[in-house]
Amino acid sequence: MSARREWKCAIRHCFVISITDWRHALGSAWPRGFMPDATFSAMRQSIIDGAPDTASGLAQQAVSSGIAPIDAINEGFVLGMHDVGDQFARGQMYLPDMMASAEAMRAAMAVLDPELKKLGTERPMAGVVVLGTTKGDIHEIGKILVGTLLTAHGFRVHDLGVDVAGKKFAAKAQELQADIVGVSALLTTTMRNQKSVVEAIEKAGLRPQVKIMVGGAPVTRRWAEEIGADGYAKDAMSAVDLARQLMEQKTRAAVAEPV
Amino acid sequence: MRIRPKFQLLDKPLLERILDEAFQLIEDPGVRVAPYVFELLRGAGITVEGGVAHIPEALAHRLLDLVPRGFCLYDRSGKPTVRYAGDDVHFDPGSSCLNILDPETQQPRPALSSDLVKMVQVAEMLPHFAAQSTAMVCNDVPQEISDWYRLLLVLWYSEKPVVTGAFSASSLHTLLELLAIESGGREALREHPRAVFDVCPSPPLNWSEFGSQNLVDLARAGVPAAEIVSMPLAGATAPVTLVGSIVQHAAECISGIVIHQLALPGSPIVWGGAPAIFDMRTGKTPMGAIETAMLDVGCAEVGKFLGLPTHAYMVAGDGRVIDAQVEMESGMSTVLGALAGINMISGAGMLDFLACHSVEKLVIDAEAIASAQRLIEGVDARTDSLAVAMFAQTGLQGDFLKLKETRALFRKEQHFPSAIIDRGLASMDGSSPDILQRARQRVEELLSAYERHPLPPNREEELIAFAQREAKDSGLEGLPEILRPEYVHETGLI
Repeated sequence: MSARREWKCAIRHCFVISITDWRHALGSAWPRGFMPDATFSAMRQSIIDGAPDTASGLAQQAVSSGIAPIDAINEGFVLGMHDVGDQFARGQMYLPDMMASAEAMRAAMAVLDPELKKLGTERPMAGVVVLGTTKGDIHEIGKILVGTLLTAHGFRVHDLGVDVAGKKFAAKAQELQADIVGVSALLTTTMRNQKSVVEAIEKAGLRPQVKIMVGGAPVTRRWAEEIGADGYAKDAMSAVDLARQLMEQKTRAAVAEPV
Repeated sequence: MRIRPKFQLLDKPLLERILDEAFQLIEDPGVRVAPYVFELLRGAGITVEGGVAHIPEALAHRLLDLVPRGFCLYDRSGKPTVRYAGDDVHFDPGSSCLNILDPETQQPRPALSSDLVKMVQVAEMLPHFAAQSTAMVCNDVPQEISDWYRLLLVLWYSEKPVVTGAFSASSLHTLLELLAIESGGREALREHPRAVFDVCPSPPLNWSEFGSQNLVDLARAGVPAAEIVSMPLAGATAPVTLVGSIVQHAAECISGIVIHQLALPGSPIVWGGAPAIFDMRTGKTPMGAIETAMLDVGCAEVGKFLGLPTHAYMVAGDGRVIDAQVEMESGMSTVLGALAGINMISGAGMLDFLACHSVEKLVIDAEAIASAQRLIEGVDARTDSLAVAMFAQTGLQGDFLKLKETRALFRKEQHFPSAIIDRGLASMDGSSPDILQRARQRVEELLSAYERHPLPPNREEELIAFAQREAKDSGLEGLPEILRPEYVHETGLI
């Protein structure tokens, strides 16, 4: 993140802290658990600015103020991720901005997740995703970005890393009862191994319950269709949209299935 | 007195800084290497810890000094037609593409062996391509034999040198054997090397099992040369600055050369690459971006500074169809690569971020290559008087068309493109075909003029028998584009 963005963020943070200090000076005039809109806005902005220290500070502040962690997530930080997604789609933000925003989201969640657990609550989970880069390929930037955004959007993601064989995808999907398997490939030569992942999942008998999405620089919609994957995403944000669509398809199929 | 134009991106102080940092990188943090080369490196006094080699600068310098400053690739007749040295510039089609732009529909589809054969035949007919490449992965051939099958088809249909590469450590030996059979034995291949093998490090600073082993095995086979294709992606798998990525490229090349020269000192190796910027909006790696061309030129300049043979991946565009964008990008990088004096420039025919090949684009690119080749011929003072003597003959009437100098020199001064380039020549039927129609027509003309030159019968038989043995376990029937399955069944060849 640029120094300018961090500076702007710091000013906003100071503003929020000063409001809180003022509240303390008044002898906790605000009821515990009340969070002014300005704080939610600051949380949202800390994600847009990609400022992990600010986001973490605001999350800690929410905890010490007795704010329900789920409110801080849903009313503050997640809205920031949505803004980032929109701005990225409009070409106003770029991949390094998005990486910084995802980092800020991770910093906030590192504070809020343990609090959620203490309360015995969890964020509603959008789905379980097993991600990896295909056999023979060690590139993972795109995959990391997809994983980060999926996590930020409520998916539970297990990243298998790079150079992953089809069998390993299938085994992990079985172990975690995954909803979706995402397979990345950067090279035209390794892209062909995405097909072996589809085959391994079929062979393991998991195909009815596991959706498969593929991505990577040389991958196309046509290729996804050809190898029998359920979808192709051209970038990280569309991977989130695709994952949501696939989850809807799964839900519809489950409802339609006779008991 | 001929003056050849050149393009220089980096100056001497910057080149020295780049190399200084590259030497720092190979020592610390070092370079990740595969177990296959641990002992080789340790034997030379290199510390290898946790899979990371820390290469001292002094040793790297000593090994760089052993690399031949130039070498030749030979055509089938034994003529040296590609010279990897100095500022010699050659072009070959892009390689290992999975898709082809269908000649009829102009939509991408998986490439077949018949597509590769067509491309080889067209490239064979075009003098602009000094070498062939194993341009496509044939989707009608089982995946496990797809790398060497490409080379088999190229050797069957072409007499030109080949830029190729293996997809795995084990298949390299099959490719080498094919070359040896085609050349008439290992010794004949050693005397007249026909191919150069691309070997790729994985960015950043990682020689995987496959890459490490290929480097060592190629050197020890002592037959063809290795061509390092380092692929830093600026801003993603390499520093975002162009010079930062050039440093990484240099470190990857130097560490590859260290492995290769330790395996067999003095083996020919090429300082090559396919660097690209990383598009921060799409995550794509645009090969047609001007910054990618700048990276190519900068990386090659470092290799030239060290006196080594060079290679780059250019002449490719990123649009999905043959259009103004694709040809603008391809044309610009063609000219820059030629002006930079890069020995082998791969990439012609490719589009869509190297995901797709096109025979029609190949013939259009050949025209850009011809123009670039004309450009680097430069200007020449061919007459004692540059203009005054000719004016003395024509006076102010200026009727230069009649001068004997005009007739004697116009062919040297002007390049005449094929009918692909619209210079206002009327077509036979008076129509005005667009660029795609003209390209299709050119492809048809070249294919109908192509004539295959068979190998000596015993070598053809040996090549077929070897290919059949290698293909047997993959379940391939016949040899697509060489032997039809029904012929195989009739003759009992399998």
